[in-house]
Amino acid sequence: MQAFAALLDALSYQPARNAKLRLIETYLRETPDPDRGWALAALTGGLDFPAAKPALLRGFGEDKIGPELFHWSYDYVGDLAETLSLIWETGPDAGPPPTLGEVVDTLQRATKMQTPAILKRWLDALDATGRWALLKLLTGALRVGVSARLAKQAAANIGNKSVDEVEEIWHGLTPPYRPLLDWLLHDAPKPSTNAGGAFLPPMLANPIERAELEALDPAHFRAEWKWDGIRVQVAASGGVKRLYSRAGEDISAAFPDIIEAIDFEGVFDGELLVRRDETVAPFNDLQQRLNRKAVTPKMLKEHPAHVRLYDVLWLEGEDLRALSFDQRRARLEAWNAEKPRARFDVSPLVIFTDWAHLATLREQMTSDGIEGLMLKRGDSAYLAGRPKGPWFKWKRDPMLVDCVLMYAQRGHGKRSSFYSDYTFGCWREADGKRELAPVGKAYFGFTDEELRWLDKWVRDHTTNRFGPVREVAPELVLEIAFDGIARSTRHKSGVAMRFPRINRIRTDKPAAEADTIDSLVRLMP
Amino acid sequence: MTDTLDPRSWLYPTPRGLYCKPGDFYIDPAVAVPRAVITHGHGDHARPGHRAALATPETLAIMRARFEDMPDTQQQPLKYGESVQIGEVDVELAPAGHILGSAQAVLAYRGQRIVVSGDFKRRPDPTCPPFEPIPCDVFITEATFALPVFHHPSDMGEIGKLLRSVATFPERTHLVGVYALGKCQRVIRLLRAAGWDKRIWLHGGLMALCKLYQEQGVDLGDIAHVGDAILETFRGAIVLCPPSALADRWSRRFADPVPAVCSGWMRVRARARQSGAELPLVISDHADWGELCQTLKDVGAPKVWVTHGREEALVHMARSIGIDAEALHLAGRDEEDG
Repeated sequence: MQAFAALLDALSYQPARNAKLRLIETYLRETPDPDRGWALAALTGGLDFPAAKPALLRGFGEDKIGPELFHWSYDYVGDLAETLSLIWETGPDAGPPPTLGEVVDTLQRATKMQTPAILKRWLDALDATGRWALLKLLTGALRVGVSARLAKQAAANIGNKSVDEVEEIWHGLTPPYRPLLDWLLHDAPKPSTNAGGAFLPPMLANPIERAELEALDPAHFRAEWKWDGIRVQVAASGGVKRLYSRAGEDISAAFPDIIEAIDFEGVFDGELLVRRDETVAPFNDLQQRLNRKAVTPKMLKEHPAHVRLYDVLWLEGEDLRALSFDQRRARLEAWNAEKPRARFDVSPLVIFTDWAHLATLREQMTSDGIEGLMLKRGDSAYLAGRPKGPWFKWKRDPMLVDCVLMYAQRGHGKRSSFYSDYTFGCWREADGKRELAPVGKAYFGFTDEELRWLDKWVRDHTTNRFGPVREVAPELVLEIAFDGIARSTRHKSGVAMRFPRINRIRTDKPAAEADTIDSLVRLMP
Repeated sequence: MTDTLDPRSWLYPTPRGLYCKPGDFYIDPAVAVPRAVITHGHGDHARPGHRAALATPETLAIMRARFEDMPDTQQQPLKYGESVQIGEVDVELAPAGHILGSAQAVLAYRGQRIVVSGDFKRRPDPTCPPFEPIPCDVFITEATFALPVFHHPSDMGEIGKLLRSVATFPERTHLVGVYALGKCQRVIRLLRAAGWDKRIWLHGGLMALCKLYQEQGVDLGDIAHVGDAILETFRGAIVLCPPSALADRWSRRFADPVPAVCSGWMRVRARARQSGAELPLVISDHADWGELCQTLKDVGAPKVWVTHGREEALVHMARSIGIDAEALHLAGRDEEDG
């Protein structure tokens, strides 16, 4: 941290571009990893912390020397972070100052509550320049007159490379840029932008309905099944192998079977599934594998994971994202044909002539492992985010079942005063009696107006209270829509719905005519 | 001490400077006066033209060097620790640790003792003896750096910054702006202590006082006037000059110089930027906030008068520890000299 602080300090006084470059170059050469990488991230705007609020800093200062002296000091210096860094004194028992890596690592993991105490400890341990640099890092802009481009130029210079070469691979690199620095300083191989198994922001689709399709030319679009797993990215490079969720969360630890099977370099977009022999298991099977810290051998054997690939972003050091979908698809298929793999396969294209034909194919597809169709323009580049136009998802019509409302609970946030979480059940025979068994819970699918109506209905028909939960008379039928159903040992009814929501309120239907558990079980694959 | 004696009745500010009535003399007056006691040789304290001037022998030597020998001034040298009576007042000079010859004026009258500390600092300086705290009834302190933001870092650390910059830019000339009296010689001594034994080049305006320091027994090593030395000589060299010369035509003779400034003001970024320094070095000959506060405790005076600088903060601090403190406004002080 002290070396980084000295660098920022020198940069802040240095008006000349070449001298700035020299300062950064010297720092990058002399500072060990990972600090120099974090510094490069700080200079290029690649670090993101929850910002420290001015009020927190002012409070620290006033506690330290009293409000009058702090006010006069701030008034003279004119910068809050600088004032605090100057009035604070290095504590005699503060221990060694933190390294930059330690600061970054700690801040990225610390909660908002923990931050003030950590910050005080560091302020004690650092000198004035160190404190200033730390507070600048924490309050956002460094303002030392260094653009991201200039910092990259300095990085390029230490390896006698051109800045364009660095820029070209930059967006795939993540702090602390170890592979980049190894390339620049130690003649390591040039990193591809998926160096170190970095996550690349995925491309997402917009929902579309049947009627809207008529405005689109089917010849421009390719269709593929939308598999009912979780969207993932497989990233492998330089010996680092990673599996990421759509949001960039590293889920490698929960899927060692996938990680072990990676024998290639590249970044792929696909769907994570549980697959037994040739069959895709219901989503519920995959759910058993998610959010687990330890994976048992039994789990690996009974719920084998598989990735069905949709797209390829990088292949063997080459960025393919600017290519068209058709071109990438050709590369993906050729790559797959070269060496078929047990844990990975390529999601097939659905061949169709026009929208009516595709609609028929969609109706006929009854496999539980499929959520609907994806439509992608053949000429679409792979763009981060959810661009409007190139990609659409056309989900399958949901399954419907009529259930009876059993319990209601108050919601949270803007719904906190409403009974907005509903537990519903279906009929079953037990010991010669007909009774309701809960089959699921729904929190949405209704309008605000329907919510007010449901809330009033719950209050008017309460038969029992258990804390925040009300039991209601078994009289109201709700039509529940859901995307899948699976056997479950966790639920009393033995079934679990995927994505259940309230489709309609069936005041027209007597409760006795609602569906039975048996009819639900028949919907299972 | 006489309880009824008001210290303000015998020592008080006037437009000509701080006046001691029972001794009929001024301390560091802003204009020429019949009799002056001079704490140290800086221009805002030592001025030419007094009929009589009392100061340490070193300070008088500095004044002679600056004011063409002062043939018309009756010079009265007083060594540290010796005392002399002027009128009804006993005057003694005690080390202030500010620059060569700098002193506190210790004035005793009717059992009451007032210390006029002049400018002072508390950390070691290889060119002068350290400040000596004198117990007193009234302590008059400077307040140049009297804000908690002023904490001068270790001077060897700052010299380290300079040498590090020389190593980073070996083809450039480091131009270091220093005050001709005190700062210049202290920085040379610090550079020597840090192992820089190469020749240190000096702007012409610094030569005379360096020579004087050498005559007073301060070893400055190999120093030389920049003069007409050829440009190539200055690559990787350290050149000392007055701060004003940094922006002067004089500095353009050097190839791509790195302007550095040594001053306590360099602690605050906005001030450092105003100075045009690429390399601000916080090296000051004044007490920082911590030293000012510590000094008030060390001298234990029940009354403190605060002069030139940020009086309000030091007055606030002194009152908070039970000292009867107030600001004392003196004519002719240059607070920018840091």
